[in-house]
Amino acid sequence: MPTALYRLILACLLLLPLGAYANDANDFAAANNSEQAQLLESWAAHPTPGRVELINGLQQGQISVDGEVKTLRLNNRLRGLIDTALASHQLLAVDPKLRLNAAQQLQKSAKPAQLKFLDQQLAAETDSDVRSALSLALANLQLVDPDPAVRLAAVRLLGETGEPLARTRLENLLQPDIETDASVRTAAETSLAQVKRKLLIGDLLGQAFSGLSLGSILLLAALGLAITFGLLGVINMAHGEMLMLGAYSTYCVQLLFQRFAPGAIEFYPLLALPVAFFVTAAVGMVLERTIIRHLYGRPLETLLATWGISLILIQLVRVLFGAQNVEVANPAWLSGGLHVLPNLVLPYNRLVIIVFALAVVVLTWLLLNKTRLGLNVRAVTQNRNMAACCGVPTGRVDMLAFGLGSGIAGLGGVALSQIGNVGPDLGQGYIIDSFLVVVLGGVGQLAGTVYAAFGLGIANKILEPQIGAVLGKILILGLIILFIQKRPQGLFALKGRVID
Amino acid sequence: MKRRSLIKAFTLTASIAAMGMSWTLQAAETIKVGILHSLSGTMAISETSLKDMALMTIDEINAKGGVNGKMLEAVVVDPASNWPLFAEKSRQLLTQDKVAVVFGCWTSVSRKSVLPVFEELNGLLFYPVQYEGEEMSPNVFYTGAAPNQQAIPAVEYLMSEDGGSAKRFVLLGTDYVYPRTTNKILRAFLHSKGVADKDIEEVYTPFGHSDYQTIVSNIKKFSAGGKTAVISTVNGDSNVPFYKELANQGLKATDVPVIAFSVGEEELRGIDTKPLVGNLAAWNYFESVENPVNKKFVNDWKAYAKAHNLPGADKAVTNDPMEATYVGIHMWAQAAEKAKSTDVDKVREAMAGQTFAAPSGYTLTMDKTNHHLHKPVMIGEIQDDGQFNVVWQTKEPIRAQPWSPYIPGNDKKPDYAVKSN
Repeated sequence: MPTALYRLILACLLLLPLGAYANDANDFAAANNSEQAQLLESWAAHPTPGRVELINGLQQGQISVDGEVKTLRLNNRLRGLIDTALASHQLLAVDPKLRLNAAQQLQKSAKPAQLKFLDQQLAAETDSDVRSALSLALANLQLVDPDPAVRLAAVRLLGETGEPLARTRLENLLQPDIETDASVRTAAETSLAQVKRKLLIGDLLGQAFSGLSLGSILLLAALGLAITFGLLGVINMAHGEMLMLGAYSTYCVQLLFQRFAPGAIEFYPLLALPVAFFVTAAVGMVLERTIIRHLYGRPLETLLATWGISLILIQLVRVLFGAQNVEVANPAWLSGGLHVLPNLVLPYNRLVIIVFALAVVVLTWLLLNKTRLGLNVRAVTQNRNMAACCGVPTGRVDMLAFGLGSGIAGLGGVALSQIGNVGPDLGQGYIIDSFLVVVLGGVGQLAGTVYAAFGLGIANKILEPQIGAVLGKILILGLIILFIQKRPQGLFALKGRVID
Repeated sequence: MKRRSLIKAFTLTASIAAMGMSWTLQAAETIKVGILHSLSGTMAISETSLKDMALMTIDEINAKGGVNGKMLEAVVVDPASNWPLFAEKSRQLLTQDKVAVVFGCWTSVSRKSVLPVFEELNGLLFYPVQYEGEEMSPNVFYTGAAPNQQAIPAVEYLMSEDGGSAKRFVLLGTDYVYPRTTNKILRAFLHSKGVADKDIEEVYTPFGHSDYQTIVSNIKKFSAGGKTAVISTVNGDSNVPFYKELANQGLKATDVPVIAFSVGEEELRGIDTKPLVGNLAAWNYFESVENPVNKKFVNDWKAYAKAHNLPGADKAVTNDPMEATYVGIHMWAQAAEKAKSTDVDKVREAMAGQTFAAPSGYTLTMDKTNHHLHKPVMIGEIQDDGQFNVVWQTKEPIRAQPWSPYIPGNDKKPDYAVKSN
């Protein structure tokens, strides 16, 4: 029975440290906050494998004293120290992945007391990735080493990274009277320049990404309007509420998943897409058939009527779901982000939304340009009477086109629910931006909408760091007003013979 | 323009209806009290629950026999998050409905717009929300916190060892009077603690701002220069995108804690709180506070929400402004009993030194001169269930300093209420 034997040995091994480290748990549980902090610091400096379990528990906020599990009251300082202590202990782990994570954590938070331990670990480390991560963590501490040669090596090593923290450390070192050795000072200056260059690249990429991301959100918000306003010419003030309905559909789908399929909750946004599309498309078509079609050609009345519809929809949602925002949670695959550079994290939800926005544009374009419905829509927008003469059922086409525009707004709502609030007023925040994008892009042009959305997004994000969010927004609005004065037809005008 | 006249038309019909109703109720003599909270528009999110809390408290007082033997009758109006409309509605409450007292307002700008009306007509307003101070009207009782009862202790906590010994501060706020004034006070306070200007960054966003990418990455950059904390006076629903962005860009509370002055249990209902655990809020009350008064308060509220079928009743929560509303109404009732009248001047006199055993677990006192409550300060950490875990609190309620000593010139202001002009 070898397995049983192994198990027995394993159990004994597990039990052994328990006896020795039960004391640690007792000490910790009995200590006050500052004593706990001291304990954690000393554990971080002198880790022993048997304590891993205890610290792991602490990270979850639990401690077991005499076989009884207690919940701890931690604060942020203790949590930080626990993370460091745990990383210190994980350097002893067998799995190189764990060790790598630990070394990376220690780059940020290692304390001088850990220097000796890190030195030992580095000497014993076999994995090359972990080695380089660990030597970097060590370099941070070696900046104050008495031996100039060690400092020089550390400074050079820091220059290799693009860490924002390395920059501060080098800057501190270069303060007058801190570093006295001339050669280390010169090396620090070169390293600092190197780090700054790397950080600049990250910053620029980050700005470009946030511009793209804002652009994709504007695009999703405006794309539906580009059809209802751009192609059909309906000044649709209720467009924002279609976004809102899309977001609430997402919420309802999430609720249904929670109740009936909690196992598959991760994938609720995927089902929310078709649901939101059909719900908003249906609402849009009903509105078109009952109200808007009677008002074609009378833009002022349409404006008032659709605005009234928007108020009714807001109040309806308020009555049904309450005035408070509802909670739409990001599923795990949309939470967190991709670490590209040390100072550049691309959040998954934003990445997905950029891809999604482009996919929706492509689908819409295909629908409008490659299908019979699209042909009819274009024919009706260009010349309603002529299209009717040729046998195009203009009424039905109007209805379907309006439904399509609303449905796309619903899709936009699903995306918006993943980055912002879901509340009755959700649409109000986007309606102005949507009109701006469509008008700026040129009414009746899908391509114009795309360019305008990304242009506005990127311009906004270039201006924001320089002059702040409030002024940036004002400046953008001013620029658009000037632009529209100069070019009332927008970026792209419809070419050819358009009879209205 | 169109919208306002529409609203006016609505309120006209509503007030006619209300007049008709009040006429029928005249038979049994009642004391009318006004409730002035936005039930539509952007502030509806926060203010709707205060209206419901006020109604619950009035029911509670009526169940015990009312005030001076008369029942209280609530007159609810909707100023629709429209600041000038607040002034109109308060004039209507005071002159047409002849209410004895008004409970209402949330944003400072709405309070500023009704203040001249209350002072002119000698009305009485109970204001239940934490605010920036710099005001002390004889016609207002402030049951929320002044800066020294919320903002300053919060920053002291962040600078303490337990709070993470923060050295650098990002003051992030929505662009209006409350965040601007609070940050002015905080900057002066930080200077007095030896924090240099290069270690303070002030950032403002418009109301309803939803794209926090740039701000969060700037906070990240700023935090590389030393232990940083963010002090957030972001108001309303902008908080959701802000916290989501924080979580997605991987900025954890252990690295950069965020302390918020306008985020409570009610606001957290709209957020998935798991990524926020460890971030902080400073208030004078949390739902999670354990004491018998609070237990009853929370249970009463949950039962009330269920009985009146309020939206989201199954997840009803209490928060600090709701507690302040509750305390304010009870204190007014006690003062009216003591004065044996609901006359504004008599009640005002009786309010001084009034005490009430509040759900926060402390017996709160209305200051004898400055119209503000003595309140305990609590700092809570967000937990994954959307509640707060109190990590620090004052031993005793502390007296409000509406005229913050950190704003130059305030030392000459009197410590009693005078009309603003």
